[in-house]
Amino acid sequence: MTSRTPDRPGALSTVATPPRPAVRPAEAVIIAPGIAVRGHLITRGPIRREGPAKLTGDAQYADDLVFPGAWYGATIRSNLARARFLALELDPGFDWSNVVVITAADIPGEPLMGAVKGLTPDQPVLVPLGGEIQHHSEPLALIAAPDRRTLRAARRGVTVRTEPLPPVFDPLDSDKVFVSHDVVAGDLAAGFAAADMVLEGEYRMGHQEQLYIENQAMIAVPTEDGGVTVHGSLQCPYYVHPALMRALAIDARQARVVQAETGGGFGGKEEYPSLLAVHASLLALKCRKPVRMIYERHEDIAATTKRHPAVVRHRTGVLRDGTLVAQEIEVILDGGAYCTLSPVVLGRSTTHAGGPYRCPNVRITSRAVRTNTPPNGAFRGFGAPQVIFPVETHLNRIAEALGISPLEIRRRNVYRLGDVTPTGQVLSSSVAGLEVLERAAEAVDFDAARAVTQQARLTGQGWDSVATSPLRSPDRPSASGIGIALAWHGCGFTGSGELRYNSIVTIELDATGQVRVLAANTEMGQGTRTILPMIAAQALGIPSDEVEYAPQDTALVPNSGPTVASRTATIVGGLLVNAARQLRAEVEARSGGRSFAKAYREDAARHGPSRASAQYQPFPGQPFDERAFTGDPYPAWGWAACVARVDVDLDTGEVAVRDVVAVDDAGVVVHPILAEGQVEGGTLQAIGYATIEEMKVQDGRYLNDRLATYLIPTAVDAPRITAIMVESPFDGVPHGAKGLGEMPMDVGAPAVIAAIHDATGIWIDRLPATPERVLAGLTASAGANESGRPGSGGHDRPGGRP
Amino acid sequence: MPVEPPVETPRDLPEAFRLLALAPRTPIAGGTDLMVRITGEIGSPPDQVLDLSRLDELRGIALAGGQLTVGALTTYAEIRRSGLVARSLPVLAEAAATVGAVQIQNRGTLGGNIANASPAGDTLPLLLALEAVIEVGGPRGERSIPADQFWIAYRTTALAPDELVLRVRIPLVEARQVRFRKVGTRRAQAISKVVLALAWEQADRKDRWGHVRLALGSVADRPIRARSTELYLEGSRATLETADGAAETVAAEIRPIDDVRSTADYRRQVTARILHRIIRDAGGW
Ligand SMILES: Cc1cc2nc3c(=O)[nH]c(=O)nc-3n(C[C@H](O)[C@H](O)[C@H](O)COP(=O)(O)OP(=O)(O)OC[C@H]3O[C@@H](n4cnc5c(N)ncnc54)[C@H](O)[C@@H]3O)c2cc1C
Repeated sequence: MTSRTPDRPGALSTVATPPRPAVRPAEAVIIAPGIAVRGHLITRGPIRREGPAKLTGDAQYADDLVFPGAWYGATIRSNLARARFLALELDPGFDWSNVVVITAADIPGEPLMGAVKGLTPDQPVLVPLGGEIQHHSEPLALIAAPDRRTLRAARRGVTVRTEPLPPVFDPLDSDKVFVSHDVVAGDLAAGFAAADMVLEGEYRMGHQEQLYIENQAMIAVPTEDGGVTVHGSLQCPYYVHPALMRALAIDARQARVVQAETGGGFGGKEEYPSLLAVHASLLALKCRKPVRMIYERHEDIAATTKRHPAVVRHRTGVLRDGTLVAQEIEVILDGGAYCTLSPVVLGRSTTHAGGPYRCPNVRITSRAVRTNTPPNGAFRGFGAPQVIFPVETHLNRIAEALGISPLEIRRRNVYRLGDVTPTGQVLSSSVAGLEVLERAAEAVDFDAARAVTQQARLTGQGWDSVATSPLRSPDRPSASGIGIALAWHGCGFTGSGELRYNSIVTIELDATGQVRVLAANTEMGQGTRTILPMIAAQALGIPSDEVEYAPQDTALVPNSGPTVASRTATIVGGLLVNAARQLRAEVEARSGGRSFAKAYREDAARHGPSRASAQYQPFPGQPFDERAFTGDPYPAWGWAACVARVDVDLDTGEVAVRDVVAVDDAGVVVHPILAEGQVEGGTLQAIGYATIEEMKVQDGRYLNDRLATYLIPTAVDAPRITAIMVESPFDGVPHGAKGLGEMPMDVGAPAVIAAIHDATGIWIDRLPATPERVLAGLTASAGANESGRPGSGGHDRPGGRP
Repeated sequence: MPVEPPVETPRDLPEAFRLLALAPRTPIAGGTDLMVRITGEIGSPPDQVLDLSRLDELRGIALAGGQLTVGALTTYAEIRRSGLVARSLPVLAEAAATVGAVQIQNRGTLGGNIANASPAGDTLPLLLALEAVIEVGGPRGERSIPADQFWIAYRTTALAPDELVLRVRIPLVEARQVRFRKVGTRRAQAISKVVLALAWEQADRKDRWGHVRLALGSVADRPIRARSTELYLEGSRATLETADGAAETVAAEIRPIDDVRSTADYRRQVTARILHRIIRDAGGW
């Protein structure tokens, strides 16, 4: 289903190009563009470009690439969370003649890495002898050998000597602050003084693993000029490129980065591949052979970045009718051992912390701190899920305390056009919070559905009767509930991020008459390789299969910025439209009134190749002040709502999410099927975050660092997901698109937690809502019920005027 | 980095026994447990492998003399598809359906589950509750081992190093009720947090329970019978008092642990609650 906000000019129509003739798998079920059949959008979008190769096994992932004579590399890691690195001992009985060993002393360039330009380089490529180890999986040395057997034997011949130092694991105990913010709007004290009720709450979330299907993988090939070419599984070629230059002390031409087919990223391949590429390159430059470093799952989970754990505290003042008058919010992110991307993640947590709600008096304090676990990093949502779950759950508790429905309290407070955010941004266009909320509510008839669960409570079949003593099965084996959540998500980088990159996109018409998009944005399953040519083709007025997408190779494509932050469709797509329009105008000017579509092949033959580029220009609006944290952090916001229905097994505390309706405003949808895929995948990841995905950490080590123990939802755990697209175009870009990929990750968890509450009466204030936590809540609420009070697994402290 | 141990593939049982008499060899059936060990990351990988795939005499399901016989190489998929199982012992198909997911059920075998001796092996509590007999054989001949004498310590069986599991015999008993319940973290591909099988004999609903057998997985270092709870239930009727008493007895009887999958408290409570639920359902109150 697709709807468009009325009276918004400048919207381009959804690009719908006929399917490519060769493969038409969806032909049989095509009814008409944009028709929903059993919740699935059927449309005539082109098939995914890399789809057939992936399905047939032809796709070349890094581990499929053959480099004759390549050696195998491995990483020697710490096994303590914090320690001094005393010595690396090589077994004198082992023949080391055919093995290369790299330590920090062998690094020709900068020994410390930063995640991106402008962030503190504090992470050692390898910990130097005598240096401090800051996490359990920290790389200390590298080895490579011509075959796996020798490598395995060599690994056994390496002994690491360390001296333990006292680690810090609780972010609340950490005194090393990577970055902090303090955002103030209005007069907090006056806001609380005016409030009819003040509610406090604390919410916690743990690590989440991206669990891309392909592990981290990199192959480094030394080149004749003393440089190196890396082929790997990665999101951001132009993050890896400067990292190689810095660490290896080589110039821009000596470093070359080529993306191999990439089996998922979700943020996990944003920054980590830079470190892995440097490691593989150090080995390759030493042994003068290609070196393969392909992680196994265990190493991948143990060593690479996760979603930041968080502690978020809310103190909120409201009027009797539910109007928010004061929000005091504290956000603490656990950054892990090094700074990496934590400042950027914290920026997003800070701007999103208040949720999509107008409140005149706000204070948001936030900090990201060091602990002795592997560094945490980017993961779909990027700091937003950690603040949306708290603000949404807190709002539900307020609604319940006031006797207002969760839908109504959102209606009353959601941002409208012209409202001002805590950083002072005036929301002057593309504000669709109310629309996504109403569309979600209407799709499930939320009030009526909730009346049914409430009726179940009143007749004694609901949560008032579910509570039981720990060793007794309750009267009913299960209870059902429904929950709603709402979120906003800023498009593109927070603050002046885009300015730092100054992205360039190029489109070329080569001498053979082939049109080609040149951009560094990577395909990792989400559809970049399909949608960017569609956007270009529409601007040129030609079918999308006449537009090629150049490989993501730093020797070929310009730096159009990283493939992160839901920025590709919006920012890169916008630049591409501008570049394409230039090319079209140029060719049409030469062609005597004929359209580009008719003229371009002949033009190429007659005039030779043409190229046009577009570079990022700041959007109108207030500039963002990074220090004061004021201004417009994003040129536009996307809006998302989610309704979840759950069944809770009252014997075991297991939660089954049955049905999800997700409504997302992505500005303009470029490819409906791919968009729906983003919503389904993001929703399922959010359900995992809400219910079962829990990284268990002991002494700074992940205990469940295997696929057998870190569990994510399977196909049979997946609910029915209905994706509804709302289009409220962003007028700052010519094609109107905003981001989409992250929003489903923001709203899913709070909707599920609200539904668990609706079913059982318990508040889950700590993700995930594992069966263990739900059962503890159920049995605790039994005790509460006996004393005549409705149950609560959280810390309800509704108070009066302070 | 996987190892590649040498593999031998005997064509029949006598040949398999001859090979086993020469030197210890690690059997491979479906390989769904063994191939996890082959990486050498978890436990030690095998030195020499004995491939059972050609031993057709160890496949198949038969009904004779009031017993259901299931060959060691029978897969979960075959158990789920078997008409004989559906008619005579549907709870076995029910348990098979909870193992892994389709791929694992296509390869994984009942014999593999038995020999692997995981405390979380899903079929093992059912075999205990049904008083199955495990028939094993080797160079010195065949013998029968009752299920409750088979798993003798953590991941240790009563098999001699040169013996194979050949088949399982399950007595079919008139008027026997059997219930099976697995609690995992997700609905497929989940190792159990608790697995419970309960069998009892009862002529009609008002009748007292006899011959009660309660077996549990994932609550001890091996699959166990909960004998105190069995005794408690023996001769009782499915009333609220019985359910409460049985739940308390089983909670006191087991000593589960905290591990990466769950907590001792959760396992104890859930064991009690699902037992309580089964008795409640049986009593119809
Ligand atoms: C993804 C996944 C999910 C799983 N899910 C479950 C689950 O839900 N529940 C569950 O219980 N298990 C599960 N397992 C474990 C496994 O699938 C079962 O234990 C299965 O029954 C093993 O059978 P197999 O034929 O594959 O055994 P194999 O791996 O071939 O062998 C297992 C062990 O038994 C020995 N062995 C095998 N056959 C014989 C024989 N006839 N005589 C003597 N020794 C023998 C082998 O030497 C080996 O030590 C899972 C495994 C995987 C990989």
